[in-house]
Amino acid sequence: MAAPIDLDDVVRFEREERARFVRRALVCTSTACVTAGALPVRDRLTAALDEAERTDIGVVSTGCPGLCSRGPLVRVEDRAEQTTIYTHVDTEGAGAIADEHLLGGQPTDGATTMPPDLPFFARQERVVLETAGRIDPERLEDYVGEGGYHALAKVITLMEPAEVVDAITRSGLRGRGGAGYPTGRKWALLAEAEADTKYVVANGDEGDPGAYMDRTIMDSDPHRVIEGLAIAAYATGATKGFVYVRAEYPLAIERMERAIRAAKRAKLIGRNVLGSSFAFDLDVRVGAGAFVCGEETALMASIEGRRGLPVLRPPYPTEKGLWGQPTMINNVETLANVPAIIARGPDWFASLGTESSPGTKVFALAGSVADTGLIEVPMGISLREIVFDMAGGIPNGRTFKAAQTGGPSGGCIPAQYLDTPVDYEHLRDLGSMMGSGGLVVMDDSVSMPEVARFYLAFCRDESCGKCVPCRVGTEKMHAFLDRICEGTGRRRDLQHLESLARTVRATSLCGLGQSAPNPVFSTLEHFRDEYEALLVDLEEPDAGNRSEEVAHEPA
Amino acid sequence: MVPPPPQEPHPSGDERFALLDKSLRKARYRQDQLIEVLHAAQEVFGYLADDVLLYVAQALRLPRSRVYGVATFYHLFTREPMGEHICSVCTGTACFVKGADAIVDAMVSEYGIQPGETTEDGTLTLTTTRCIGSCSLAPVTVVDDDVRGHLTAEEALQMVVDRLAAAQDAASEQPVEVS
Repeated sequence: MAAPIDLDDVVRFEREERARFVRRALVCTSTACVTAGALPVRDRLTAALDEAERTDIGVVSTGCPGLCSRGPLVRVEDRAEQTTIYTHVDTEGAGAIADEHLLGGQPTDGATTMPPDLPFFARQERVVLETAGRIDPERLEDYVGEGGYHALAKVITLMEPAEVVDAITRSGLRGRGGAGYPTGRKWALLAEAEADTKYVVANGDEGDPGAYMDRTIMDSDPHRVIEGLAIAAYATGATKGFVYVRAEYPLAIERMERAIRAAKRAKLIGRNVLGSSFAFDLDVRVGAGAFVCGEETALMASIEGRRGLPVLRPPYPTEKGLWGQPTMINNVETLANVPAIIARGPDWFASLGTESSPGTKVFALAGSVADTGLIEVPMGISLREIVFDMAGGIPNGRTFKAAQTGGPSGGCIPAQYLDTPVDYEHLRDLGSMMGSGGLVVMDDSVSMPEVARFYLAFCRDESCGKCVPCRVGTEKMHAFLDRICEGTGRRRDLQHLESLARTVRATSLCGLGQSAPNPVFSTLEHFRDEYEALLVDLEEPDAGNRSEEVAHEPA
Repeated sequence: MVPPPPQEPHPSGDERFALLDKSLRKARYRQDQLIEVLHAAQEVFGYLADDVLLYVAQALRLPRSRVYGVATFYHLFTREPMGEHICSVCTGTACFVKGADAIVDAMVSEYGIQPGETTEDGTLTLTTTRCIGSCSLAPVTVVDDDVRGHLTAEEALQMVVDRLAAAQDAASEQPVEVS
């Protein structure tokens, strides 16, 4: 039987190995950059170095550094801590970078580079994404070399399970999947449950269209998720875990599976973890295209190989989950916070962000902003800072209209609330929600009733059909919106829409149905005039007097 | 654990069932691996026909209703044969904001099929997908394995036209060997 990995040995070896290189080129090979053509770029760099027979210059395939809109990205690190980030690199550009910078030692002239103090990066606070984009996600040693798995070793050798739960509780970490339930409380519930087998699950069923934080964490730093899950298992007494990944993320699935195999070989999971008596078995489960499976009871049904139908809670999964045993489901990003909390202490984590929402949040920026991609910011930052300072504002001379957070379950935030701090409570008060972190910016060319119709079509298609309010309600709400958007809607359609939305919210079985009307409520609250303008039976068709007319309308 | 059913060549002589058997063995005939097995079956056969579902039900000792239920619940499983080429237009939020509708409309009017349908000659299937997580490249279209972003409707359409033309050229230049 092979001995478990010696973490300090690996760190030493990796440092020496790193010092051997005069220069390294880090090529992003995450989903977006590969789509933009990163693989031929990497191969071109490797070929040039092979040809020159230089083994003291390295080419590393890394995960996502975040600035997806300027990909493919190549980051060249000189030994003197000097880095140059080349953007929009094609194979020709790669040839120039190889010849002039990697071999010649001088930054390539004329290539598009990124200023090192670009606010997109400078304003970030990277905890979850600390090593994403700097290490090769397919090498366990890279993660260990950056301090990875040391937190797992620490809890196993130095901490009692209850101390670990206590540390997570004191850090104030809250679920990053959207609802913001205190993670420590969830862990404590599973730790208290008595059963022969307990399960922990990483929820990587990131179904929100426009959100890809979990995908990036899994395909850029899969070991961080494994370490977080293993610490969760140790703290709660679970012996078996699953990472549930949606089938639409082939790269994330492949890298998670590879990482689990590597961790098993190194005895970081499996029987006798790091030579201790702690045992933890871990597998990947793949979805098959069902948004509802992000809901935890539906997710468990899917892991058991059944239709992903949600069931009523209670009983909560921590009482009765997978195969009737206590089970805890944490979002991928939540778990990715855990190693840092253990390594650097709960007080450090609690000092980040705001008092009620400590830590950071990863957002997937998309839509009408100059720079799109993935950012990690401290909680409490304002939307204005994200959209205008970091993402470079709205391009093409358009103006900001609204930002949509929380996907189909969330809502939109109009321009007058740009200065609101982004945390769980403030977003909820605005009728939106944190959600998993999708942030789609819309400019003034977007019609808000259309946006509501888009999300309702999504929820209608994704309703599992189990309960009537959601199955029929989303269909009917979509039909009303259809009529309004097509310009044939009447005032009573709008009234029916609102009343039906209230019913669906109040009576649906699971989160999907309960939150499906949110885009309608939210767009109606902030942009009612756009709906009114589309109605055909206004008494006073003159646009100028419209808002006054509405004010006199009985509720 | 359920004992594995006997291994023998499928009566139809279709060798693809041997590949399916392999994934069943890999799943150790566990009933909770049904979704993984169906993924493998779809990979091998292209779609999930009745006889494949019956075969899986028997191998995993599951009620047929259960296998049928799972195969019809999840969007990625298809019960119809797909075209030789698949054009999948992302209609996630970012792509929606950036004009994915126009791409879908262009495809629909060019090939006369709705999303989810296949052309009569079986060359092209048009589908839509809800977000492949490449939102920074919106709008995104995937033709077979080729993912491209920042597309106008014309460029997306051209992608499909080129792919179909290239396939036709390849077919006429290199006649398929008859085994």
